[in-house]
Amino acid sequence: MSTQITHEDLELSVLETDATKTPTSTARLSSLDTLESEAIHIIREVVAEFEKPALLFSGGKDSVVMLHLATKAFWPGKVPFPVLHVDTGHNFPEVIDFRDRTVERLGLKLVVGSVQEFIDSGELAERADGTRNPLQTVPLLDAIQRNKFDAVFGGGRRDEDKARAKERILSLRDEFGQWDPRNQRPELWNLYNGRHTVGQHVRAFPISNWTELDVWRYIERENIELPGLYYAHDREVFARDGMWRAVGEVSQPREHEEVLTKTVRYRTVGDMSCTGAVESAAATVRDVVIEVAASTITERGATRADDRISEAAMEDRKKDGYF
Amino acid sequence: MTTDIDTARAAALLDEAPLASRFLSSTLFRFATAGSVDDGKSTLVGRLLHDSKAILADQLDAVARTSADRGFGGEGATGTRAIDLALLTDGLRAEREQGITIDVAYRYFATDRRSFILADCPGHVQYTKNTVTGASTADAVVVLIDARKGVLEQTRRHLSVLQLLRVAHVIVAVNKIDLVDFSEDVFRGIEADVQQVGRELGLGREESNTGGVADLFVIPVSALDGDNVVDRSARTPWYEGPALLEVLETLPAADELESHLESFRFPVQLVIRPQGALAPDAVAGGLDPEAYRDYRAYAGQITEGSVKLGDQVSVLTPGQAPRTTTVTGIDFAGRELAEAAAPQSVALRLADEFDVARGDTIAAAGTVRESSADLYAALCWLSPKPLREGAKVLVKHGTRTVQALVRNVTGKLDLASFGLEPTTTLELNDIGHAQLRLSAPLPLENYLHHRRTGAFLVIDPLDGNTLAAGLVKDHPGDHEDERYSI
Repeated sequence: MSTQITHEDLELSVLETDATKTPTSTARLSSLDTLESEAIHIIREVVAEFEKPALLFSGGKDSVVMLHLATKAFWPGKVPFPVLHVDTGHNFPEVIDFRDRTVERLGLKLVVGSVQEFIDSGELAERADGTRNPLQTVPLLDAIQRNKFDAVFGGGRRDEDKARAKERILSLRDEFGQWDPRNQRPELWNLYNGRHTVGQHVRAFPISNWTELDVWRYIERENIELPGLYYAHDREVFARDGMWRAVGEVSQPREHEEVLTKTVRYRTVGDMSCTGAVESAAATVRDVVIEVAASTITERGATRADDRISEAAMEDRKKDGYF
Repeated sequence: MTTDIDTARAAALLDEAPLASRFLSSTLFRFATAGSVDDGKSTLVGRLLHDSKAILADQLDAVARTSADRGFGGEGATGTRAIDLALLTDGLRAEREQGITIDVAYRYFATDRRSFILADCPGHVQYTKNTVTGASTADAVVVLIDARKGVLEQTRRHLSVLQLLRVAHVIVAVNKIDLVDFSEDVFRGIEADVQQVGRELGLGREESNTGGVADLFVIPVSALDGDNVVDRSARTPWYEGPALLEVLETLPAADELESHLESFRFPVQLVIRPQGALAPDAVAGGLDPEAYRDYRAYAGQITEGSVKLGDQVSVLTPGQAPRTTTVTGIDFAGRELAEAAAPQSVALRLADEFDVARGDTIAAAGTVRESSADLYAALCWLSPKPLREGAKVLVKHGTRTVQALVRNVTGKLDLASFGLEPTTTLELNDIGHAQLRLSAPLPLENYLHHRRTGAFLVIDPLDGNTLAAGLVKDHPGDHEDERYSI
């Protein structure tokens, strides 16, 4: 990389400009500062107005950014809510390890909803295609109900999907966790209405307005640690459904599928059974920022088999109570 | 299977100056679109996303496949007529099945100068609800007009709503200019009509000192072919103004226009008082627990103006006289700032140990009038459940929610004639005037001059739904002022 411009040189916000200047002459906040400020405002609103919030934490980059924003919102105090992980049982071991270290470092309480337990007890059945992503809804709603969470933070972004593009920042869910796209509350100014009745809960999406590139720029700027598989590494993979799948305990090649060692990275980390890697040499966060900026494939299209099932895949899952 | 890198674009990003702007110092600009049925709004939004390269390869493939399935074809000036750009913004399956748009959708794209958040507001059903929602956070609104039809009643309604909401910039895109053979006469006629409506409403630059919209642009475009959308078109040589995207890239955002004009306002969201329960990562990072034993700060987002260390501020609590103190700290996640401005989220420390709680407002000393329990407001009614006089509702203003009684409804705006007609009820999509009595006095400010502290929500106490967007019309002390007649 030939260009060596650090953001300290260029990203001057009101925070960093000369304090003797009058407010009228200060630069506007950068887009990243504006988005950060908006997200922190939303996180604080939810904590102030709800009895028992929790944050969905998968170890994926969006949830890691969410947690980072929460630490900034309540500094120097502790993050005042637990994190909730829906464990498919098919997670990458390094992501589980990252999750546990993060929880320890921030002194958080971790609540786990286990897909495996629901399968073992017969309440859920394994799908024919082996994908466990759609199975997360039942343990998720169970954990919300059992713990009486009335607000659940998610790292969903509107640029990810057509259905998410229409979801509110505070999204009301009924007793069954369902999203009703035709009956959403209008969201006006920066006034969020989180009122709900018994049995209902709210999903809160403070980084709704961020793009994938914003998330990566923020990770770089804030020096946020992520699970290693977001960066280029050598891995044994095989090709399936137009994606590179990692060889692992729950993800085995079929007879005709050749195993190769490739330099890959993940753009999303989900269930090993449906998350694919992309070939990439982006080994540092800076490389990834450049790669994402120049990439011509959206992250879900590139790496999520479950979103390829139908054009309305996300819409259907959200209506059923998915993240 | 590989991450498909556009190498030319990657190289440009790496080697050229735009890297600095795109990555590091781009600012955020929010705008909304509003239009009537069939005026080509979806196509315009698709065109903006497509031509600013916000549409990625897999999305374009999906759209091209669907376009072919539906028999879309033909060659446009820019060769993209083979795909139906409107499909790029098609949302939910329910919408595709019915060929309609049911809700505001948010889109994202960036140029070298700016990151854009676009609130795409459907026009035909619940246009007031959607336009009010989209416009409430917008720095600019693009209103579409079909060049073959000119200014319709709905155009007048849209412009009227935008004037009421004090949107900083209104851009009227006269679309389908290709279908009137790029006729200057047709465009000039529509432009004159728009300016006439603008004058009636108090829109436009010369009117801006009365609190109207700062700018009113009229641009001839063809969303289908791309004329004057991203680049200026050779087919409208008589039009010398900027293309739509040029306007969006260069307009000042509302914060830029307003933050230096307005006095500091800070609704307190919550009190940060760890009392020993400090963040372990902060302590591990060297924070001295002893120094933070009695830490107490008020967290919130600055809604208007700016604040510096040492500023005199008043704490406004309902039912109490304003208490004045000094700002001794502006904290943001471990950094101590010398000053901060809207829309930053910070935590303030004050010299005096007042009892300050969520719902209180911290404001620049001496800039706030007396709090009032009498609320004179314009209400944009957003619920199918009509408003009746005598109703008990909740009012959410800043970070405080109070009970309120609707004393009377004093009129309903005829958005087409801009007149006020008598009524005692408001129904979905009506905009009217009402007087409310609040259970506690609030630091209300005229929306005309305070787009944040003059705004509130009306909420149904039974099911919690949002009933209306409220705009504080005036302070009880100045309701005779004729400027607030609309």
